[in-house]
Amino acid sequence: MRTKQLTSSFGISALAGLAMGAMASFAMPAQAADDTIKVGILHSLSGTMAISETTLKDVMLMLIDEQNKKGGLLGKKLEPVVVDPASNWPLFAEKARELISKDKVSAVFGCWTSVSRKSVLPVFEELNNILFYPVQYEGEESSRNVFYTGAAPNQQAIPAVDYLMSKEKVQRWVLAGTDYVYPRTTNKILEAYLKGKGVKPEDIMINYTPFGHSDWQSIVADIKKFGSAGKKTAVVSTINGDANVPFYKELGNQGVKAQDIPVVAFSVGEEELAGIDTKPLLGHLAAWNYFQSVETPANTDFIKSWKAYTKNDKRVTNDPMEAHYIGFNMWVKAVEAAGTTEPDKVIDAMVGVAVPNLTGGYSAMLPNHHITKPVLIGEVQENGQFDVVSKTSGLVPGDEWSDFLPDSKDLIADWRKPMSCGNFNVKTGKCGGKGS
Amino acid sequence: MRRALRWLMAVCVVVATSTAAYAADPRAIDLRPLVQALGSGGYSGTEKALTQLSEAGDPAAVPVIEALQAGDLYVRKADGSVVVARKAGDAFTLTDPLTRAALGDAPAAAVEKIRINNSLRRAISASLGALTLMSPDAGVRRSAADAVFKSRDASALETLSAAIAKEQDKGVRAAMEQARAAILLTGEAASKMTDAEIQSATDTLTARGDRDALVLLNMVAGSGASDITKKSAAAAVSTLEQKLAFWAALQNLWYGLSLGSVLLLAAIGLAVTFGVMGVINMAHGEMVMIGAYTTFLVQEFFRAHAPGLFDLSILVALPAAFIVSGGVGIVIERSVIRWLYGRPLETLLATWGLSLALQQAVRSIFGPTNREVGAPSWMSGAFELGGLTITYGRLWIVVFAFAVFAALLVALKRTWFGLSIRAVTQNRPMANAMGIRTARVDALTFGLGSGIAGLAGVALSQIDNVSPNLGQGYILDSFMVVVFGGVGNLWGTLVGALTLGTMNKFLEPYAGAVLGKILVLIFIILFIQRRPRGLFALKGRAVEA
Repeated sequence: MRTKQLTSSFGISALAGLAMGAMASFAMPAQAADDTIKVGILHSLSGTMAISETTLKDVMLMLIDEQNKKGGLLGKKLEPVVVDPASNWPLFAEKARELISKDKVSAVFGCWTSVSRKSVLPVFEELNNILFYPVQYEGEESSRNVFYTGAAPNQQAIPAVDYLMSKEKVQRWVLAGTDYVYPRTTNKILEAYLKGKGVKPEDIMINYTPFGHSDWQSIVADIKKFGSAGKKTAVVSTINGDANVPFYKELGNQGVKAQDIPVVAFSVGEEELAGIDTKPLLGHLAAWNYFQSVETPANTDFIKSWKAYTKNDKRVTNDPMEAHYIGFNMWVKAVEAAGTTEPDKVIDAMVGVAVPNLTGGYSAMLPNHHITKPVLIGEVQENGQFDVVSKTSGLVPGDEWSDFLPDSKDLIADWRKPMSCGNFNVKTGKCGGKGS
Repeated sequence: MRRALRWLMAVCVVVATSTAAYAADPRAIDLRPLVQALGSGGYSGTEKALTQLSEAGDPAAVPVIEALQAGDLYVRKADGSVVVARKAGDAFTLTDPLTRAALGDAPAAAVEKIRINNSLRRAISASLGALTLMSPDAGVRRSAADAVFKSRDASALETLSAAIAKEQDKGVRAAMEQARAAILLTGEAASKMTDAEIQSATDTLTARGDRDALVLLNMVAGSGASDITKKSAAAAVSTLEQKLAFWAALQNLWYGLSLGSVLLLAAIGLAVTFGVMGVINMAHGEMVMIGAYTTFLVQEFFRAHAPGLFDLSILVALPAAFIVSGGVGIVIERSVIRWLYGRPLETLLATWGLSLALQQAVRSIFGPTNREVGAPSWMSGAFELGGLTITYGRLWIVVFAFAVFAALLVALKRTWFGLSIRAVTQNRPMANAMGIRTARVDALTFGLGSGIAGLAGVALSQIDNVSPNLGQGYILDSFMVVVFGGVGNLWGTLVGALTLGTMNKFLEPYAGAVLGKILVLIFIILFIQRRPRGLFALKGRAVEA
């Protein structure tokens, strides 16, 4: 009885497997028959996130346009398919499904917030397609179908804290963030890291604010108060987009100068500063893998073509744009190497691909689907740009599972065969599950 | 006196050398290698040279350091010499940093900026402070004393003592004495001081009484200084903390008042449309947003055509925003809302759709990114009132909110238009029978509420993002204020806004911003359970109408 059940269930699953294989082989020629290669762009063009994501849609259109001028890919033209998930997380999943199933795109470039990425993740895994995610995020994730071209915490947060500790001699820390998953995880990692460096718990203040918080008076006053304990204090800010402008305005109003209490931000780039008078913010810091002010021939060209493409001399470039630049070029290279746009082959060809980044080096795709990047620390200048004051000597490889959290310190991801695992536990030697 | 003479002489030398380049003054030659060293060795090299330059104690270095601070100091790539370069069109005009002799023009590629970071900025203000303690200008001496207070640079001690001895201005002398006390307590000198001297130094700092003094005393109390110093510092810290705690409570009250006035501004237009007319207008926030964008447009106009009058742009923006938002409001009332009177659910849905449409329209026209709305000079900065720090921007918003409130009250109670509004809302058929054109009054009332929202937009553009999402952040709070205060009662809106603002600000330090908001919401829910009509319920027959 028992054996029979087993065999029958085996039979069913084998049948299902066959059916799926057949479906895949049917689907493939249909895709290949088209004379264009479709590329999906999944960025919010309306709603709260439009402020950040619209720019990424534009930069993707520019990159695709440039690639077509160079003769396209595999002898075919690239065709962008733009959809608007309207800053609505469930809609992200719907639109992703539409892009893959209906439009038959070969890869998707998109998402900004972590919650939107988490929402589309099952869709990409189920339909087996590729997502390029261009924004710095909290880590603790590695999917076979996602390539993370933004920074992991060890490529942004940790080097920034190191810089403050060594160069500014900071001993007291305010970790201020918007109340959602990215700041909370990043702050958890930073707290563990700081404590590991001998910072006492009373020298760490953690503060969360709601999305779009606009009245910062008492929090800035609190920061000033925390900073008057006689030890050098700094603020590590994971405050998200919209709330930053009133935050920085209040800092300027209350006279919190970078020389006294520097603020280092992980979500404030050239775009966000465009809406503020930056004179009172002189010297406050940001940590990124790219700044518009970096002087390299590649970056100069990129800025020039961006301004020409948008026909606006005042448009700025920022870090997630560079991430898309790297991601798109990597995808092009992998497709050329694989000779096809079929996701499975492209995913295998992606690992190890290296393309030039805009800061004068090469970024490579790692087996954990994160990339190597330099980490730059910049100080805000009066013209709304950043002046790079520190740059890591080499490239920093993205670490998906943080070494500073007890849950993830034993995990690694390696999508090369034969391991092919996104959460391999090196202690137990098994794939899957959280660490001990 | 001798140092003062030297300073004067040095100024003369600078003036003289600027006319006769490379005059054979030994001091100028002394400084040149140090100035030259500013341009090499990266940040640390610049900082080292800067320290030496300031230790040389020659005021001739001041303009060089100021140029470095302003980012005007460059290295000429051809010969590696340090020059002052100022942008003139596409090229730079070069001058010698010490002699100020003109060195001709150079293209941007031929020079490289000497870059500064935070640590250098600190060093620069420290050395400028030490070098300008003897300046003839009292304001400069004052900021020099403050800079020395911050840097606690022991090498400035001698100059400082000399400066104190000849200082006439009381305020400046007090600042200098505080700076001296700071150096003495934190430096090596502390171990050699007598108990009385230590006590007098801590007293000087306690008398200063601000957060900077507290930072310093805390530092001393926690340092490796002698026991007596630590003890006296610790005593001073506790006195100071008590005093600051008192001011902090007052400061919180001010923050509450300020947040309350913002809530009042956002809600007061709603108090007209929702409170008086009973229309649930979800697009109210967008009227605020339109007001903010009108401010942006007015400012753009001023920037382009009359940059000298920029400070007046806000005053022009006020009537403009009122008219634009009010106009949009009237159009909305005539086209959508008037068909939906008495059907709250449909009104809610229609105005919500309208709010999305308005947001997207603004996004399409102005782009999704924030627009920069500048603060006029009379609205930027802050002033001290006792231990309170009050920012001008917030102060003006408080004043403005009360002014709008008073004006609205007068308009409703004392004018013919206000009388018609009240008549129509209290008994529409009767008002109609008395010859009031109720449809017109409806449109104008809605226009008034929207126009006031536009005024709020002008004020909010000063403290918040001017983006298409601006209104969304305020719509919920506005409804909360109106419902809490009592629908249909302007005074209720005033008291409601101030209560919620203050409550929020007193909860925030203890519960955090997120939990604080939740607690306020729970409080309102409980309150509405007990008093469904809010703080100030309307009484009488009007309620049933």
